[in-house]
Amino acid sequence: MSANNEQTLYGILAEYRNPKELIDVAREVSKTGYQKWDTFSPYPIHGMDKAMKLKKSKLGWIVFAHGMVGFLGAVTMMYFMAVADYPTNISGKPFLNGPAWVPITFELTVLLSSFGAVFGMFFLNGLPKLHNPLFNAPRFKKATDDGFFVCIEAGDSLFDKEKVKKLLEEAGATHIEEVYE
Amino acid sequence: MSKYEYVKEPALVKGDHDFSSLTRLVTDINLRPTPKAWYVAMIGANTLLFVMIAAIGYLIWEGTGIWGLTNPVGWGWAIINFVWWVGIGHAGTLISAILFLFRQDWRTAINRFAEAMTIFAVMCAGVFPAIHVGRIWVIYWVFPIPNQMQMWPNFNSPLLWDVFAVSTYFTVSLLFWYVGLVPDLATIRDRATSKIRKICYGIFSLGWTGSNRHWWNYEKAYMILAGLATPLVLSVHTIVSFDFAVSMIPGWHTTIFPPYFVAGAIFSGFAMVLTLMLVARKIYGMKDIMTNDHMEKMNIIILVTGSMVGFAYMMEFFIAWYSGVEYEKAIFMLRATGPYAWAYWTMMTCNVLSPQFFWFKKLRRSVGFTFFISIVVNIGMWFERFVITVTSLANDYLPSSWDYYSPTIWDVLTYVGTFGLFFTMFLLFLRFLPMVALAEIKAVTPQADPHNYDEETKEFIPPKVEVPEPQAQKV
Repeated sequence: MSANNEQTLYGILAEYRNPKELIDVAREVSKTGYQKWDTFSPYPIHGMDKAMKLKKSKLGWIVFAHGMVGFLGAVTMMYFMAVADYPTNISGKPFLNGPAWVPITFELTVLLSSFGAVFGMFFLNGLPKLHNPLFNAPRFKKATDDGFFVCIEAGDSLFDKEKVKKLLEEAGATHIEEVYE
Repeated sequence: MSKYEYVKEPALVKGDHDFSSLTRLVTDINLRPTPKAWYVAMIGANTLLFVMIAAIGYLIWEGTGIWGLTNPVGWGWAIINFVWWVGIGHAGTLISAILFLFRQDWRTAINRFAEAMTIFAVMCAGVFPAIHVGRIWVIYWVFPIPNQMQMWPNFNSPLLWDVFAVSTYFTVSLLFWYVGLVPDLATIRDRATSKIRKICYGIFSLGWTGSNRHWWNYEKAYMILAGLATPLVLSVHTIVSFDFAVSMIPGWHTTIFPPYFVAGAIFSGFAMVLTLMLVARKIYGMKDIMTNDHMEKMNIIILVTGSMVGFAYMMEFFIAWYSGVEYEKAIFMLRATGPYAWAYWTMMTCNVLSPQFFWFKKLRRSVGFTFFISIVVNIGMWFERFVITVTSLANDYLPSSWDYYSPTIWDVLTYVGTFGLFFTMFLLFLRFLPMVALAEIKAVTPQADPHNYDEETKEFIPPKVEVPEPQAQKV
């Protein structure tokens, strides 16, 4: 891709040969203090969280909150319907029939927790995303096939084009390019 | 490094594959022009689907009287088919969730496939209770939404629990499946050349880039979903068994039902996965991914769950005698020797006897034999549900009301028709979606592990795997 001065620089994209090189360069980059950077691979690489110094995912709390909504919602719903609003005598069973409510309470807790897990994960990842400047780099298509990439974004406060290029080059990049918005 | 030393497993993917060749092997199926044989299969499946639609149409027009239901047998093929299809679905969740929690990496070859089977099987299952209500236009009475009677559903009824259990199961299975699909849809998006494919796969892959910050949340979500789906799948067939166990009919009112139903569900589900896998891997040339090792492992699960089911059959007999309840004793004697003895012994042969052949390694690894047994097991599990549902109703407390139940042509057509629904969905899946969880299978290849690379040169060093042959020990 040719460098066009009128376009704004999004970041520097570097390709590496294999997961070992990627995890090593991730360790290097995280030492330098950059904040807005990321690594890309066709599958999750074990140990990458430590190499990139990623914080624990907040997803667990989102799921817990949703699960509580499901649990309390189920009990409230059944209490309202079977006890408060229209109690019906069914074979002389109590209106507030705890054991009989267990299955539905369980199912709704699981259902809402799953919503939390799936939609919470997409929310934390900022997906769906309609446009990503990285897709401007044709080479980046390999990231979902067999490519291993690092991108340091121009928006980072420490960003200096030449320094970043040097860092990525010294780590053994096979290809380095500038990505524009 | 951990302080324990594990025996390394032999490679899960056979053949000389790298990441790129795996990508091509799986996604070329979706990107190449549709083969003619696919259209032929689709026509067959659609024909059956129309049989189902016609049978259901006539049912709605005429009423459930067109089925073979009589007094006292008010539950017939529809309920049998419902339980059978739901049970088949369970193997998919077992593979995707429970085997994930147990770190069984071999699941990655078959989980996408099996989860698809789960979703389509639950769709087929859901048809039956919905049309069984007779007046389908008021089916919304089963949901807790206001209706013209101003009454709410009966939360004491296992049938209502089933509504919640099956719909939750379907929704969660679908979400779990979709989460797994997103990275693979992105792979197809990046390989697609035609505009329409780029747009469609682009929309459904949600802009996935393979970012490791994203993978980090993704893996957490996957783990949590597996943790949620595990108790869910156990609860679903438990609640299905409550439809029977909570009633007062002899032969139904037993506490063994939940575990026995769950074991049977996994048993039949694995058989169905094998039936589909053995055919699909041959047609699509997936033998490097879905290997005979996978088949052997699944056969061992069939052996284990088949033996559990056999144990449950015997335990039912024992408890009937041990309980001292005359009606319980009578129904079990009638099952084995009464008017439905033919069904009972079909069930015993298919479910208890046939999996025992898998004690032999040679048979476990024989493709033809496995395929044959997988069909036999599915027939056997259908008969299990037949025996449970029909015998207990046909011969209950009062001999004066006993009657023999036979299905009508409409029962048969509806059941056969659901295969049309199933295979229509399955063929669409094979054509348009990656049939192997690509990102997951890449992650379990030796190349994926950074530890398998040299520290200095950063070149790949294939790990040496020596599997010790089991030795016969002299005691």
